[in-house]
Amino acid sequence: MSADMPSSAIVLPSLPKAPTGIEGLDEITDGGLPLGRPTLLCGSAGCGKTLMAIEFLVRGIQDYQEPGVLMTFEETADELAANVASLGFDLPAMQAQKLLRLDHVHVDRSEIEETGEYDLEGLFIRLGYAIDSIGAKRVVLDTIEALFSGFPNQGVLRSEIRRLFRWLKDKGVTTIITAERGEGSLTRQGLEEYVSDCVILLDNRVIDQITTRRLRIVKYRGSTHGTNEYPYLISEDGISVLPVTSLQLNHEVSDQIVSSGIPALDQMFDRHGFYQGSSVLITGTAGTAKTTLASSFAHEMCRQGKRCLYFAFEESPQQLVRNMRSVGMDLGTWQDQGLLRIEAARPTLSGLERHLVTIHKLIGEFKPDAVVIDPISNLISVGNLAEVRSMLTRLIDYLKVKGITAFFTSLVSGRNIQQEMTEEGVSSLVDTWISVRDLEGIGERNRGLSILKSRGMSHSNQVREFIVTSKGIRLLDVVIGPTGIVTGASRLTQKIQEQALSMAQQQELERRDRELERKRRVLEATIANLRTEFESVEEELRRINDEENTRQQALSSGRQQVASAFPSEKNPKLNDNAPQA
Amino acid sequence: MNSLLANTPLVMEEETWELRLYVAGQTTKSVTALANLKKYCEEHLKGRYQLEVIDLLQNPQLAEGDQILAIPTLVRKVPQPIRKIIGDLSNKEKVLVGLDIRSLEGFGKA
Repeated sequence: MSADMPSSAIVLPSLPKAPTGIEGLDEITDGGLPLGRPTLLCGSAGCGKTLMAIEFLVRGIQDYQEPGVLMTFEETADELAANVASLGFDLPAMQAQKLLRLDHVHVDRSEIEETGEYDLEGLFIRLGYAIDSIGAKRVVLDTIEALFSGFPNQGVLRSEIRRLFRWLKDKGVTTIITAERGEGSLTRQGLEEYVSDCVILLDNRVIDQITTRRLRIVKYRGSTHGTNEYPYLISEDGISVLPVTSLQLNHEVSDQIVSSGIPALDQMFDRHGFYQGSSVLITGTAGTAKTTLASSFAHEMCRQGKRCLYFAFEESPQQLVRNMRSVGMDLGTWQDQGLLRIEAARPTLSGLERHLVTIHKLIGEFKPDAVVIDPISNLISVGNLAEVRSMLTRLIDYLKVKGITAFFTSLVSGRNIQQEMTEEGVSSLVDTWISVRDLEGIGERNRGLSILKSRGMSHSNQVREFIVTSKGIRLLDVVIGPTGIVTGASRLTQKIQEQALSMAQQQELERRDRELERKRRVLEATIANLRTEFESVEEELRRINDEENTRQQALSSGRQQVASAFPSEKNPKLNDNAPQA
Repeated sequence: MNSLLANTPLVMEEETWELRLYVAGQTTKSVTALANLKKYCEEHLKGRYQLEVIDLLQNPQLAEGDQILAIPTLVRKVPQPIRKIIGDLSNKEKVLVGLDIRSLEGFGKA
C-alpha cells in the first residue's frame, strides 16, 4: 500500500476526491472527501460522528472496493459492531473478508507511568500494520482526542499528532478523524489546526424539545462545497444528508393526467385534472373542507386502482374513515384492498427529520402513486419556518423525482382572507395551487374554491362555490349577479329575482301577443266589413247595369215595332238615330 | 508505609517478574531505555526477572496485544496488575515506583 494516487488528477483539474457514498454528502462536497488527506469530523455528543465515519468506511468497502481501517479509541470492536449492526453493516463479515480492520486502542491513564522521553511510534506501527495488512485506502480514527487523557505530556502528544496526520497524508489514505466539539472552538484539543484540508461540523440542536441534526462544511481546501447547514438524518439505512440546493431540477415529467376526484373541479382545468407527478397544494382557513378535498383525491386514486399513501397529522385513521363516510367516501374498503394506507402521527411526536425519514421509508415500502399530507402547516409546531420549508422542499423534490403525485393541504390564518402566501412559502414549489376560503356574507358563510395557479395548463379564473353533501363535494354553477359572482343566500335571492324577472317578462310577452291578436282580429273584422260593403256596392252596380241593359233592349225592340208599323217615310231617320240610343 | 500494606510484597517476592520492553528499532530512546532497565533489574530484582525485548518494526502485530502506543514502553506482566511505563526510563525513582519495586526494597531493609 503505497501512494498510488489515481491518475485522474491529471485529467481533471479539480482536487481528487474519495466519494463517501453517504446519501447527499457527496453532492455537498462536490464529489466526496479529499482523496488521500485527512478530514476532521467534529461535533457534540450524540450527533453521529462515529456512525458517519463508519458509514464512510463501509460504503467504501461495499461501493468502491476500498478496504478500510477503523481505529477506535473509545469503543471496543465488539461494541461498535453491535452498534452499527442495526444499520445493516456487518463489520465482522467484512473483517473476515479482510476488507476491514478494527483496532481498539485502549488508553488508561492509571496504567501508564511516564518517565523520560518517548514518542507514539507504537501507534504509527499499529496503524501502519493495519493499513498494510489489508491494503486499506480509508482510515477512520474515532476520537483521537482520547489520547489527551492518557498521556500527560501535551507537548509530545501534539507534535506526535501533527506527525501522524503528515504520515497519513504520505501514506495516501483518505482519513476521517472525529473529535468532540469544544467550547468556543471546533474541537476540545484544537485539532483543527492540524487538519486543514477539510473540516465538517455536525450539530445537534434542540429547539422546543425536538432535536434536529445539522451538518456544515466549515472548510474544504481546494474545492468548492455547499456552505449551508444541511439537516441530516440517521435512518435505518445510515446517514442521509438531504441538501435542497444540490438536488438538480432535471427529473422526468409525465404528461398523464390524474383526476382530482371532483368532476366539476377537473373541468376547471384545461386538461381536466393534475399532471401525474406534480404537486398540488390546497390552502384554506379552518373548516373549508381541505381534508374532504384531499380525501376525494385519495378516493379517486384508489377507485382507479392506484395506490395512495395518506399522512394525517390531525386525525386518526379511524376518525378520518368515519368522517369521510359521512360525505359518501368509503375509504375503509380501499384500506382493506391495500390500495390506501393512512398513517397518522402527531407532528410533535418527532423532529422534522424523523418525519421525513418516516415518509421516505413508507414511500419506499408502499410504492404509492400519490401521497397526501394533511396538513403540512401542522409541522410548523415542530420546527421553525425555514426548517419546515427546507424539509418540504426536499420532500417535494423527492416525490417529483419518484414521479409521485403529491397532494398537500395547508391551513392559513383566517385573519387575512386575501392572504395568498402560505406560511411555509412552499407555494413557489408546488405546481398547482387551489385556494379554498370562506366567503362570508350577510349572516352566513359559504365555501369558495379557486385555482391560483396551475403550471402547464390554463385554468378557470372563477371562484366557485361548493357544498359538501352526503355524496361528496359538489361545485355549484356559477351565478353572476349585478356585482359579480354571488353565493349562498344571495345566490338564492338572485335566483328568485331572476325567476320573478323572467316570469314578468313572460307575462309581458303574453300580453303583447294578446294585444296583437286583438288588433289582428279588429283588422280582420274591418276587412270583412269593407268586403261586405264592397260586395253590396258591386251588387248594386251590377243590378243597375242589368236594369239598364234590359231597358235598352226593351227600348230597341219597341222602336222596331214602331218602325215596322210606319216603314216608308220615317225609316232612314230612325235608323240614323238607333245606334246613338 | 504501614505494616498491612507492607505485607503484600512478601508473596511477590517468590514470583519471577516478567517484563517486556517494546521498542521500535535501535533508536536512542530505545537503547537508553534498555540500558536503564537492565541496570535497575540487576540492582533490585537480580535473578528474579525475565526480560523480553520486542522490536515492533519486526513484529508490528504484537503492538495490539499489549495496547502499545508509545515507544519505548515497559510492561510489567507479572506480578499482576499489569503496569506500563513509557519513556526512556531515565528517571529511576519513577521507574521503581511505577514497577512497584520500592516497596519490596523497603521490606528488605526493614
